Amino acid sequence: MLSNIMSILLTVVTALVWGLLLGGISRNVTAKIHGRVGPRVTQNFIDLWKLFRKTSSIHHGGMFWMAPLFRITGAIAVLLMVPVVVGHNINYNMSFAGDIFLLLYIMFFGCLGMALGAGNSGHPYSVVAISRGLAQMSSYELSFSIAVVAVAVGLHTLRIEGIVAAQQAGVSSWNIFRFPFASAGALIAFLPMQMAYPFSIVLAPQEIPIGPPTEYSSRFLSFMFSGRALFSVAKLLLFVNLFFGGASSWMALFVKTFLLYMYAIVVSSVFPRFRTEQSIKFLWLVPTTLALVDLVRVML
Amino acid sequence: MYCNQPPKKPGDKKEVLQKITNMARANSLWVTAYGTGCGSIELRPLGTSRFDMERFGIAMRPTPRQADVLIISGYLATKTLKRVIRVYEQIQDPKYIMALGSCTINGGMYFDSYNTLNVLDKYLPVDVYVMGCMPRPEAIIDGFSLLMKKIKEGRAVGWKHYRENLDYYRENQKQIIKNWDLPDYNW
Repeated sequence: MLSNIMSILLTVVTALVWGLLLGGISRNVTAKIHGRVGPRVTQNFIDLWKLFRKTSSIHHGGMFWMAPLFRITGAIAVLLMVPVVVGHNINYNMSFAGDIFLLLYIMFFGCLGMALGAGNSGHPYSVVAISRGLAQMSSYELSFSIAVVAVAVGLHTLRIEGIVAAQQAGVSSWNIFRFPFASAGALIAFLPMQMAYPFSIVLAPQEIPIGPPTEYSSRFLSFMFSGRALFSVAKLLLFVNLFFGGASSWMALFVKTFLLYMYAIVVSSVFPRFRTEQSIKFLWLVPTTLALVDLVRVML
Repeated sequence: MYCNQPPKKPGDKKEVLQKITNMARANSLWVTAYGTGCGSIELRPLGTSRFDMERFGIAMRPTPRQADVLIISGYLATKTLKRVIRVYEQIQDPKYIMALGSCTINGGMYFDSYNTLNVLDKYLPVDVYVMGCMPRPEAIIDGFSLLMKKIKEGRAVGWKHYRENLDYYRENQKQIIKNWDLPDYNW
């Protein structure tokens, strides 16, 4: 019992620190691509502490208060259901408790809570961003789900440990090589999940200034930032486990998640933004078709 | 050998926390992206590769809810004052005001204009003034470093002053805004 609690705490704190650090590194890499010096790598920690210590006197109703908590809860739930380091029992946490479909469902939880809360704030930009976000989410979830189903059918297992265990026979057994089309589809769907350009229609800084969190400030925003950091690490872990053979040690975990994160950052820094309908059309056509190719191949 | 200084008080826990917080506040200044006058043209190069304000932790925020600093960039027209008051009061505490250009100090070249405020400090509490017409990005960075120093030392308390002397500020504001239809305080 105690060791379970300790392992959960260890996982969550490590993921939070790693997520914030990745955010700082990504701001730096983006700055280097723009030809700037960029902020400190620890800038996100400083921002978080400042926000946490700011006062807040805004009230928009109960759901507005709860949305950041929903986001954090959703992120932690996803994080605990994914095996962190393969082979270490201490890092499996709750991963025995559900299959991959439960995970896909839980991933929605934080976003839906956020949508309700930001909708409660009543700001028009928040509402516009939420309608865009939900439309886009239903498009990328489709391709991602088909990719996951293709992998699950191909490996004859719905359990995420089973999927990881099937990839332990060397690099060539990684799902990205066994299911290249499904992996490509899922990796494209990864970009809108990370709100990266060209799919950044939810935050859309120059258009609907900052989207859902327009009315959020102070502690609410600091919770939201931590939730975002945790959620992005959880998604990275999920992708590493599904397509890149899982992580056999902490070092492998950090290297793999870092490289996957950098993929999103580099793509994000060099592309302009899609319009909403372009983004949805692209997501329904390209990654979905790619994932379907592998699904059909596996089923034949 | 003896020490001729009085013994230092043991560090108060709250005081240490406040110092850490002040350091964080100084190194993470988020600016409301609202240009009130011509001086905001010099804020653009600040964000891009030549001057890159992000290396100091300064970032633009599109909403006053998430900002710490309001920059009054140059002359402030009587019409703009109403909007600036609304934006300033919507920023959550602690918040700071930086005033750019001579116009905010004494009216500058618009000192006798019918629609420009002459002394900004009568209407809103200014923490840092940056001289010049226009102040170049280097001067604005200098102003930011002064503001950071004041925050670290705990001297950037314009927002407290505004709260405590709200009646004084309101009286001055109402002299300019004749058809006053704002609430008591814009949360």
